[in-house]
Amino acid sequence: MLDRLIDTFFNFQVMGQYLPKIVEGFFLTVQLAIAVVITGIVAGLLLALVRSFRLRLVNFFIIAFVDVMRALPPLVLIILLYFALPSVGIKFSGFVATWLALAAVLAAFAEEIFWAGILAVPKGQWEAARSTGLSYVQTLTNVVMPQAVRLTIPPLTNRTIAITKGTALGAVVAVGEILYQAQSAYSFSYNPSPLTLGAIAYLILFIPVVYLGRWVETRFAWKR
Amino acid sequence: MELLLTNFFNLDILRQAWPYLLSGFGMTLLLCLVVIPLGVIGGLTVALLARARNPIVRWLTVIYVDFFRAFPPLVLLMFIAFGLPFLKIDLGAFGAVALAFLLNTSSYYGEIFRAGIESVPRGQFEAARSTGLSATQTMTYVVIPQATRNVIPDLISNTLEVVKLTSIASVVALPELLYAARQAQSLTYNATPIIAAGLIYLVCLWPLVRLLSRFEHKQIAMH
Repeated sequence: MLDRLIDTFFNFQVMGQYLPKIVEGFFLTVQLAIAVVITGIVAGLLLALVRSFRLRLVNFFIIAFVDVMRALPPLVLIILLYFALPSVGIKFSGFVATWLALAAVLAAFAEEIFWAGILAVPKGQWEAARSTGLSYVQTLTNVVMPQAVRLTIPPLTNRTIAITKGTALGAVVAVGEILYQAQSAYSFSYNPSPLTLGAIAYLILFIPVVYLGRWVETRFAWKR
Repeated sequence: MELLLTNFFNLDILRQAWPYLLSGFGMTLLLCLVVIPLGVIGGLTVALLARARNPIVRWLTVIYVDFFRAFPPLVLLMFIAFGLPFLKIDLGAFGAVALAFLLNTSSYYGEIFRAGIESVPRGQFEAARSTGLSATQTMTYVVIPQATRNVIPDLISNTLEVVKLTSIASVVALPELLYAARQAQSLTYNATPIIAAGLIYLVCLWPLVRLLSRFEHKQIAMH
């Protein structure tokens, strides 16, 4: 039984053969994750800043975008971008489709979190800053945002981690990240050991991230 | 515009795809009815085990939670769906999805319940015990009801994520909504079924999203 278990899930010969592929996938996952996190958070911050100008029509579109992105499963979005858009002549690679879909989802969640943070800054702060002669934009960037961002760090970190794990969804549209490499190695070798290897690669990548999230949560804990 | 209508909002195609979408929607619903209660019960168990007197049990619980939170759910699902049959354990697609979701979501629900239990003041435990309730009675009648109430927004938020996550079951060919839509797409060579599936998710989940964003604003405003 034990022999069989080892031969099935920890077959070193198979693992050694496909290790380079998994390592290649590892770096692609990292690239994809970094691209998603940066574009998602920056876009979310920009949307929240634009929303603070309270232009009714603009805000309607921002809220609609946020709600749609929060209600749709990320995999549905990826499949829409990759399989549906080509029929109207827009073609993305799997990498770009996954990147755009996850970044849009992260942007939506980040916008909500930043916006809630901006609202949480007391009105008196705005008034005091404006009365000292700061312009609206100066008040926003120098007085309100520094306070708002601090509040948003714990929920934003957790959300970012959750969405970053979605990079594995790229496997469905043939992005050569860890899961895709592990899965194709599995179907070539007809042995699940590459899947074990892929699982280990994810743990190496995400266990530190989960701990980082925990640390951030205690470090910036909200007082209840 | 014409192009958009025939490719994305084609009513003829929608009529053909509708039976597929409907049965897919039914499967998604069934999946939710199975995996959400499993995840909540598993999560409650995890939260209680995290407070066990035995330190080994506590440590194992922490490892369990961190391990399954670090794993992308799709990776876990593939591992279970493709790996277990080699050990002559065949759960079928539905069983594999249910097991993967149990492992993944119970660790998330577990963290939420743990935070909830910690938010109940110590005095509540002491008062309950001093009135003669046993430890188990204290937990079930005094602590858990209050703990649950304190974390309702997080519970709803996680449940929304679980419902959305059921779409990954399409990868192991469980015929839920997304899988049905993809099949209808490849049969009709038209993207309308996928758009329709997206709209179905949107219509069902939008009220939850609205509710949540109201909760979140309150939560940050109270910080």
